[in-house]
Amino acid sequence: MLNLTNRSKVVVPTELTLMERLYLPAILKGMFITLSHLFKRKATVKYPEQQRPIASVYRGQHVLKRDDAGAERCTACGLCAVACPAEAITMEAAERKKGEENLYREEKYAATYEINMLRCIFCGLCEEACPKEAIFLTDRIVPSSFTRGEEVFGKDKLVESLQERVDVTKRQTQEVLAFKQNKKHKHNQTIQDKLIR
Amino acid sequence: MPKVTIDGIEIEVPNGTTILEAARMIGGDIVPPTMCYYSKLKTSGGYCRTCLVKVSKGSEKDPRPMPKPVASCRTSVMDGMEVQNITSPEILEARAGVVEMLLLNHPLDCPVCDQAGECHLQDLAYEHGKAETRYEFPRREFEKRDIGDKIQLHMTRCILCYRCVKTADQVTDGRVHGVCNRGEVAEISTYIENAIDNDFSGNVIDVCPVGALTDKTFRFNSRVWFTKPVDAHRDCPTCSGKVRLWYKGEEVARVTARKDKWGEVEEWICNSCRFEHKKTSDWVIEGPSKIDRHSVISANHYQSLKALKSTIDRQRGALPHGEKTALGAGALNPNNEEK
Repeated sequence: MLNLTNRSKVVVPTELTLMERLYLPAILKGMFITLSHLFKRKATVKYPEQQRPIASVYRGQHVLKRDDAGAERCTACGLCAVACPAEAITMEAAERKKGEENLYREEKYAATYEINMLRCIFCGLCEEACPKEAIFLTDRIVPSSFTRGEEVFGKDKLVESLQERVDVTKRQTQEVLAFKQNKKHKHNQTIQDKLIR
Repeated sequence: MPKVTIDGIEIEVPNGTTILEAARMIGGDIVPPTMCYYSKLKTSGGYCRTCLVKVSKGSEKDPRPMPKPVASCRTSVMDGMEVQNITSPEILEARAGVVEMLLLNHPLDCPVCDQAGECHLQDLAYEHGKAETRYEFPRREFEKRDIGDKIQLHMTRCILCYRCVKTADQVTDGRVHGVCNRGEVAEISTYIENAIDNDFSGNVIDVCPVGALTDKTFRFNSRVWFTKPVDAHRDCPTCSGKVRLWYKGEEVARVTARKDKWGEVEEWICNSCRFEHKKTSDWVIEGPSKIDRHSVISANHYQSLKALKSTIDRQRGALPHGEKTALGAGALNPNNEEK
């Protein structure tokens, strides 16, 4: 992942102390904690059969939206990355070639777009900064994984698929929806609108 | 030497100084913004009207006010002249109108544009403009064009300030660059798509206040605020060799001339420095460029909060000299701490 600044630190595994390397004391200590929990009230629910209620504006995994015609809305302007307090977002831009107008909405698009879900604090500032209504946080929960690398989500996981659109209307106010209908703003115009003119 | 008063501040300036230059000598908030005037280019100015000021007293001998706002870059001072800029609501209103006019045909494609973050039109619109436009008609459209193989022209973004034309006229020899046509269809052009192969043609990129002329070698490479500016020089046979390198990670993403606090180029640089020397080994690095901390370019460039930490340490008595100060006003102010 490309580093925008050198503020973030790389995590390296530290060497174990003698006590930790002896193995048995740590295991016994762990087993004791496990055992003690048998007599306590359960803090967990049986996910996914049982789910806790979440707010309608819950901020979970991000989605990169496509427009109605299926073109990617993101234009790699970098405002989400500069707004991000956790420095979780990086991207690289590329120029749209002729014939790719149905794939990308603007002249420039994000060739790579990565969000490090371990860094992300789900504050939603990226969504607020986005001038193209491309990135939204959804009510989907970020799945856990075994390695750190898997938690860096690329475009393959972030961009919504054409078949399964992600509904984000719950996250938008009436004003935003009205703004999106207004064809006076150039970024709301599709290729068809431009042709009509 | 005539004395002029700008927004209540009096200054004595040499004969023939313009109001704008006099305001720049005073400095601060009262300096009118400029889009077309460029102190390094002769006969520049007078096109964009953003530097409008009100002359409330013409001179000592003829104290009548001037009937209309005047362009401060083209009006020279008279003895006893009184000028209003930010103290006149009328001027602020007029300037907002000028910004609206400049933005009429501007595509507002800032998320795509490479100039975003260092664009003078962006700053101008942000500081002096209004949030809404009343314009509902289609904006003028042009195909984007290449001027030579290193410079990209986006005519849609151009505000026709003529700076690039004056640069091509005065800095390079042999004019190949001008404005063709008039009115809405006016556009910057080279004679019959002549490639500019002059050594100093790249400077038109730096003088352009908007994203109309951009560096093709930097095109879509990085947003300005993700690059780090560093001042550097090299022994160049054609130009002064004093440049600003913009680092993206460890690589030099682009090379530009150094700009002063008015956003004007300090010394012109040649195309060889600008386009062909993009390795750290080509340059002698002088140190990080001074960027205004309010600029988006300085975002994320601070290193650590060392000053604050040492203050806390001192409060706890961790410092060896054991100077324990009472936690009073300013004790936790990082500005009090010397780096």
